[in-house]
Amino acid sequence: MPEDVRTRSYPVGIAGVALGELERSVPDDEAPPLPPNARLNAIGRSTPRLNGPAKVTGRATFTVDVKLPGMLHARMLRSAHPHARILSIDTRAAERQPGVRAVHVIEHPLGRANEIPSPGEPDAAHRRVRYVGDPIAALAAVTPQAAQAALERIVVDYQPLPFVIDLEDARQSDAPRVFDRPVRTEFFLGPAPQLPQHGNVHGPDTSASRGDAAAGLRAAELVVEGEFRTQVQTHCCLEPHALVADWRRDGLTVYISTQFTAGIRAELAEAYGLPLNRVRVVVDAMGGGFGSKSRIGNYVLAAVELSRKAGAPVRLALDRREEQIDSGNRPSTVQRIRLGARRDGTLTGVAIEAYGSAGVALGASVGNFAQSIYECADFALEQSDVFTHAGPGCAMRAPGNVPGAFAYEQVIDELAERLGLDPITLRERIDPSPLRREQRRCGAERFGWSRRQPPGSSPGTLKRGLGMAQSHWPALIQINSSCEVRILRDGSVEVRSSVQDIGTGITTVLAQVVAEELGLTPQAIAVHIGDTDFPAGPPSYGSRTTASITPPARNAAYRALRLLMQVVAPSLGATAEGLIARGGRIGTADGSRSITFREAAAQLRNDQISAVASRSDDYGGFGRRMGDAAIGRMGLGGVQFAEVTVDTETGRVHVERVVAVHDCGRPMNPRQIESQVHGGILQGISYALFEERILDRHTGQMLNPNLEQYKILRARETPAIEVHVLENYQGNSATDAYGIAEPSIIATAPAVANAVYNAIGVRLRVLPMSPAAVLTALGRVPSRSAPP
Amino acid sequence: MNGFEWMSPGSVEQAARAASATVATAMARRSGTPAADAAVLKAGGIDLLDLMKEGLLAPRRLINLRTLPGLDRIEPAGGGLRIGPNVTLAQLAAEGRLRTRWGALADAAGGAASPQIRQLATLAGNLLQRPRCWYFRSRAHHCVRKGGDTCFAFAGENQYHAIFEHNGCAIVHPSTCATALVALGAGLKITDRAGAKRTVSLEEFFVLPELELQQENRLASGEIVTAVELPEQRASVRSVHLRYAETESFDWPLADVAVVLDLAEGVCRKAAIVLGACAPAPHRARAAEAALTGQRIDEALARAAAHAALQGAMPLSRNAYKVPIFEALVRRAILAVLAA
Ligand SMILES: Cc1cc2nc3c(=O)[nH]c(=O)nc-3n(C[C@H](O)[C@H](O)[C@H](O)COP(=O)(O)OP(=O)(O)OC[C@H]3O[C@@H](n4cnc5c(N)ncnc54)[C@H](O)[C@@H]3O)c2cc1C
Ligand code: SF4
Repeated sequence: MPEDVRTRSYPVGIAGVALGELERSVPDDEAPPLPPNARLNAIGRSTPRLNGPAKVTGRATFTVDVKLPGMLHARMLRSAHPHARILSIDTRAAERQPGVRAVHVIEHPLGRANEIPSPGEPDAAHRRVRYVGDPIAALAAVTPQAAQAALERIVVDYQPLPFVIDLEDARQSDAPRVFDRPVRTEFFLGPAPQLPQHGNVHGPDTSASRGDAAAGLRAAELVVEGEFRTQVQTHCCLEPHALVADWRRDGLTVYISTQFTAGIRAELAEAYGLPLNRVRVVVDAMGGGFGSKSRIGNYVLAAVELSRKAGAPVRLALDRREEQIDSGNRPSTVQRIRLGARRDGTLTGVAIEAYGSAGVALGASVGNFAQSIYECADFALEQSDVFTHAGPGCAMRAPGNVPGAFAYEQVIDELAERLGLDPITLRERIDPSPLRREQRRCGAERFGWSRRQPPGSSPGTLKRGLGMAQSHWPALIQINSSCEVRILRDGSVEVRSSVQDIGTGITTVLAQVVAEELGLTPQAIAVHIGDTDFPAGPPSYGSRTTASITPPARNAAYRALRLLMQVVAPSLGATAEGLIARGGRIGTADGSRSITFREAAAQLRNDQISAVASRSDDYGGFGRRMGDAAIGRMGLGGVQFAEVTVDTETGRVHVERVVAVHDCGRPMNPRQIESQVHGGILQGISYALFEERILDRHTGQMLNPNLEQYKILRARETPAIEVHVLENYQGNSATDAYGIAEPSIIATAPAVANAVYNAIGVRLRVLPMSPAAVLTALGRVPSRSAPP
Repeated sequence: MNGFEWMSPGSVEQAARAASATVATAMARRSGTPAADAAVLKAGGIDLLDLMKEGLLAPRRLINLRTLPGLDRIEPAGGGLRIGPNVTLAQLAAEGRLRTRWGALADAAGGAASPQIRQLATLAGNLLQRPRCWYFRSRAHHCVRKGGDTCFAFAGENQYHAIFEHNGCAIVHPSTCATALVALGAGLKITDRAGAKRTVSLEEFFVLPELELQQENRLASGEIVTAVELPEQRASVRSVHLRYAETESFDWPLADVAVVLDLAEGVCRKAAIVLGACAPAPHRARAAEAALTGQRIDEALARAAAHAALQGAMPLSRNAYKVPIFEALVRRAILAVLAA
């Protein structure tokens, strides 16, 4: 235990349901317990985004807007073949092109599995390209046009090799091999476990299994099973992957659209053998990442390398086609589920066999959804990655859990039907989460769940259906998250951290947190983030930003304020401990004596006072630590209800309404949370009904590498959405806040699928639930007459 | 995208003389590299720039038709209407005179693309836009329609392709307005380089791949569409256009249907039924027309006619699902005309 520990009482439980108090021993320099939101002024209030006006008026600077003097423009040369050996690359003609300043050939591509070189063997003289779009080289020139023209002068001699695109084909023993030898790869949270590799099949990974699933299934009174297929989804960030790399003698500065400035800095420092203090990473406004902008990729290293060679800043922005083929994706899956239960609903055994393809990468696991959401002691999960000659997958909003929930939540519904139970009743019996219990109750009431009719009973051709599904996601925290708060002598306040606002609104939340502590308004706080010159903040992935950075922000504000109070206490004839900050003033608790915050700051001896704080452990301890990350003891939940219509003649599924009930600890800014949940639901519906990467089986080319042929839900497919967020207090940190971004997408596709089933009485086990898929499931597609 | 010159001609004749190629002839090349010396016509520029950005078309010069005076009007002509080539889809959708007898055109124009695109898209440009086949739109696939040797669609990913008349190439004609206009018996007025004018029925203007593989219509280099003519319709004529797309806006239809019926006391005197997005040219469903002509139309007859419309469909490996969609759409369109 740290030296100075104090016992304090924290609110715990769900506001409006059961709110109690809990004693916690916490370090003495932690800010005191916050009361529930109802008693706060800035935290918990819907606060408009501070950078909203700049965004809607076009004043905000995105990475693609960064222009430096003498900046060059880079383009990348990519493989035209799905699989080929590169016999030679001749860049001489390109180098001689007017305006070309540097050319770089990529030898060791990142972001995918790589063969482990055998000892003693020389590094493969000829690189292989393994998917259409695999980067080969990059060059920088004075204009984008000159770069593009020169790119076409690079001569690559390919020896095309056989390839395989389809997951099922790739599993066959005689399929063309993506890798000839065992591979290694880096997972997000450390190295991937070494697993067997047969042909293109890497796995199975059985590490999530527990108990004896076979025995559990034998003991079952009822077994439900199903095979589910999900497609590849691409991230489709509105802002492309982009950076401006500026290599100078005294250090490297990179302006980049990224979800993790501090991580990019560490990766670049390692890649170039630079000390951290010579690498600076900066991002201002950002147009989305969804997991795809978490790490350095080939394009980042290419731009840095070109800047180094050319001695000038280099801008590299992917175009939409490159975004679609080579900026990551959500892997496809095939999941076979067998689930055994007793008549009362108790799960006796679950066996899941899953295959997935992240193309040339690993990471297609179906995640921790089935293994963590419902109680079942005998659980077997065998999951394998299948390599294909396709662009590498990477983390995408709730990786694994999104396809996992699509399958598992449908099987649970099917079990409920077979048992003659309402889907909610069954979940009441098997779901241990007190949060979801309340979410089901609240959601069912708001949604009007009691209107639900038996499956397929909707009359006519336009059938209406109601469905629900649940979400589960770990509460992640980045331990090494720091934040500085400065009070300047004119009474203005700054927050500084390298944490980045990827569009989710952490800027505004930080202002709220600091404003609450200092008794000011959020608008009065200047938030300076997205720059590694500031204390290192957390990544914005894994829904961990708010949980990681708001406690340090509040603690830093608290400590800076303490310092200020010590300065002004004598002039108020009080002790620092007896002062409070409220309504722009600092004064005695009884309000008898006070001065404005500005007057207080004017008494500073120096130009500023500053405090830096880092994320403490959750007061109640973590569930698990993994390097710099940790998992909270309580998971994040959510329950979503969907109402759909299905036109049984045209196969159109239209989602009319979604009611979503979620939790994220203490809600910091309800309006922004609602906006996150809207985003999750819309992306979830889009995944459920429209999106699909289509690769041509004969050429390996992506056929819809744009936002017209790659279908995304549009304005008229947007349902009425109602969001309700529980206030769930746990007394775990200075803010008690957790994340929302990923939990909000997990339940959407299965809720829609369950509603579709309720409408038509036929289960859709494939994604997307396109007109073709729906009509096929309904048996309405005629068998084909002979081709001409 | 390549750099290009911009030309604003003073007259239709000047524009015609300046145009060295149609977009189709500039694109159809043995080599797979688009012609670098072409001067092509530009109206709203939506499809043109799309092709240029994808590197499928690299003209030396764009001839801007948009500033030519007088081409953006809708005027009475005989008992019908003459529509200027530069009239936008938004204009058509809002045009009150279409509502009475040529409703199918207003429906088609108003349902196409998205509001933003309809503000810019011209009627002539819409009729002359190139197909959406994703192999056609991909630089990596040098297919027959672009001067190559293969059609990739037959053995490939053909879920959005034709189910009728796909002899050699399985595109679906991309113009939604064309579906309605063919059903309404529209004609085109065309002027050539020498100033000679001709009129051609729209139905004959579009060509199938068995006759012509590399262009979707009979427009020759240096020809300019100067008007779309809608013939007079009897007061008893009603028409409807229905579309069905995966997403309701910003998307081409999976299926669209125009139905024009001349109804006298519930009996159909004359019927025109055209299916869009199902064949390389707007597809007339003659069997369905025959099923309705001379009959009193009710739900059962509409269903029978819709069934007849899909007889002879030859779906490819992945697009048989379009057959039931079309059947439903044809039936619904017929019934919608009755209700109009
Ligand atoms: C997202 C999206 C969705 C869409 N959805 C639909 C849809 O649902 N239905 C639909 O029909 N369309 C749809 N479109 C296509 C759009 O309507 C057409 O691209 C547009 O109408 C083209 O018109 P334009 O004036 O821009 O033509 P341009 O691009 O300028 O020209 C197209 C062609 O016409 C030629 N041309 C133009 N005017 C003349 C003339 N007077 N004489 C001779 N040649 C001429 C040009 O040379 C060129 O070859 C969609 C487009 C987009 C981007
Ligand atoms: S359908 Fe026509 S346009 Fe498409 S690949 Fe075949 S030939 Fe080319």
